[in-house]
Amino acid sequence: MNADDPNIHWIEEPSLGLSGKMYLPLFVQGLTTTARHLFSPKVTVSFPEVRPKVGNPLIYRGVHRLNKDEQGRVKCVACFLCATACPAHCIDIIGVESPWPDREKYPESFVIDELRCIFCGMCEEACPVDAIELTSLLDLTGRSREEMIFDKEKLLSVYDQTKDAEPMKSASLGGTV
Amino acid sequence: MTDLETTVVEALVKIALMIFGLMTAAAYLVLLERWMAAWVQDRLGPNRVGVPLTKIKLFGLGQPLADGLKFIFKEEVTPKHVDKFLYTLAPISILAAALAIFAVIPVGSVLPADSGIPGVDKQIDLVVAPGFDAGLIYVFALSSIAVYGVILGGWASNNKYSFLGGLRSSAQLIAYEMPLGLGLLGVVLYNGSLELETIINSQAASGVWNIFLQPLGFVVFLVAAFAESARLPFDLPECEQELIGGYHTEYAGMRLLMYLIAEFLHMVTVSFLIVILFFGGWHLWGLTGADNNVTWTTAIIRVLVLMVKVLGVILFFMMARWSWPRFRFDQLMSLAWKVMLPMGLVNLVAVAVLAEYGHRAPMVVGLAGMWAVAIVTWIVGGIFAPLATDNRPHVGFDSRQVTSR
Repeated sequence: MNADDPNIHWIEEPSLGLSGKMYLPLFVQGLTTTARHLFSPKVTVSFPEVRPKVGNPLIYRGVHRLNKDEQGRVKCVACFLCATACPAHCIDIIGVESPWPDREKYPESFVIDELRCIFCGMCEEACPVDAIELTSLLDLTGRSREEMIFDKEKLLSVYDQTKDAEPMKSASLGGTV
Repeated sequence: MTDLETTVVEALVKIALMIFGLMTAAAYLVLLERWMAAWVQDRLGPNRVGVPLTKIKLFGLGQPLADGLKFIFKEEVTPKHVDKFLYTLAPISILAAALAIFAVIPVGSVLPADSGIPGVDKQIDLVVAPGFDAGLIYVFALSSIAVYGVILGGWASNNKYSFLGGLRSSAQLIAYEMPLGLGLLGVVLYNGSLELETIINSQAASGVWNIFLQPLGFVVFLVAAFAESARLPFDLPECEQELIGGYHTEYAGMRLLMYLIAEFLHMVTVSFLIVILFFGGWHLWGLTGADNNVTWTTAIIRVLVLMVKVLGVILFFMMARWSWPRFRFDQLMSLAWKVMLPMGLVNLVAVAVLAEYGHRAPMVVGLAGMWAVAIVTWIVGGIFAPLATDNRPHVGFDSRQVTSR
């Protein structure tokens, strides 16, 4: 393509003006901007000492928990909807006949592989009884792969750990309790 | 001890202290640079590394140690395609030159004759090579050797980016030697010496720093100093974004560290030069005195004043890095040849007139005259030689004709 090609649309550069040509005003302007930022409050969060602020814990997608009902039983009815919805196939449920009269099944084992999980929140949306929820716990770490595979007890313990700070979402979001 | 022995011992002690001080200073300037970079970008910067093996953080003051250890334990990679001799020689030459410059740079005034140091019965000059009357020429000679380090590194690396960086660097450094020299010449002409201590003493005696008398010379020197030390906005030799490091792309480990230290030392050198030539060195009105009769107190105050001034200039260098975008290469060149060189010449002529006829009129007249010259030159320069920002081919310009010619 040549410089005189009709397809090229030439735009004139805006003229600098007197203060621009003198350079010093712009020079000072640049320096003041830098100096202002030098003393302005910093945005960095010193992580382990300072916890980052989670905007809205109700919609944050962190570590999973399995909710308990008023009698302390697991709310899950082993319907497999979460496992079906899961795009990462990280939920593994073994459902057996329920010992309680109010439901047919309950999970004998409920395992989530947190390493496979992509924290999309589909399980939470799929659950008809609001048993599985994502909390606002964000520093999920472990020293081995086995440690990162969360079984039912661990998921229930996450509920015990977070139930005071984050009550069950369904109530505030208008779902079933 | 004989006189010769005393001199040798004195020089060796000074050299040892100087090199130790400079290495520490360079290490901590890296930390300062990173802090400034972080603060300007609203970040916190390195603040974790403190005392080794403890949990004491000390605002990250242990960072230089960690950085140094990292460089020392890195693998010393020599790529197969490089010219091995020059590849090794380049960083050595640049660091040696950068360190050798400090032989003539005073870090203070003098220590008192009755200093209490055993075996010393006369004043000790706080400069490695005292009374070296070709001091500034020596500085210039060695800063030119630094250009060799850059060019050799770029050439020996046998890599397009490095080579481009080296080439650009050579053009830039040679172009800016000119305004640097002109800015300096004004000072030399007015103070009548090439020796840095004499220049300081002369400013201290009159109490008028050179920046008040030669604002134009100061601007020319400052811009050229930025370009000579390859700091932003003139960091074309290395520009990380375009040339991935430029001439030191192929370097790793200690050799890279030598380059980086040399770069920081260049910045320290020009900061010292700016302070000594234009800001009166260790002199501050009403605090340091002006003559050579010093006590320990004044000697230390003078060192502190000088160091604070130098630190101020270094902070300005670091601020400037985040304040202005890099010049394009043609802008860089036109700034050197079309703006800075004429300005330097105008300043030189004005200083010559001042030095010749200045004593006939009160100092105020000289000051007013120099500032008038500076402002007029600045305005004329700004209007008639603006930085060309548009280098596109104009409409009606046929690129085929250019290539076929």
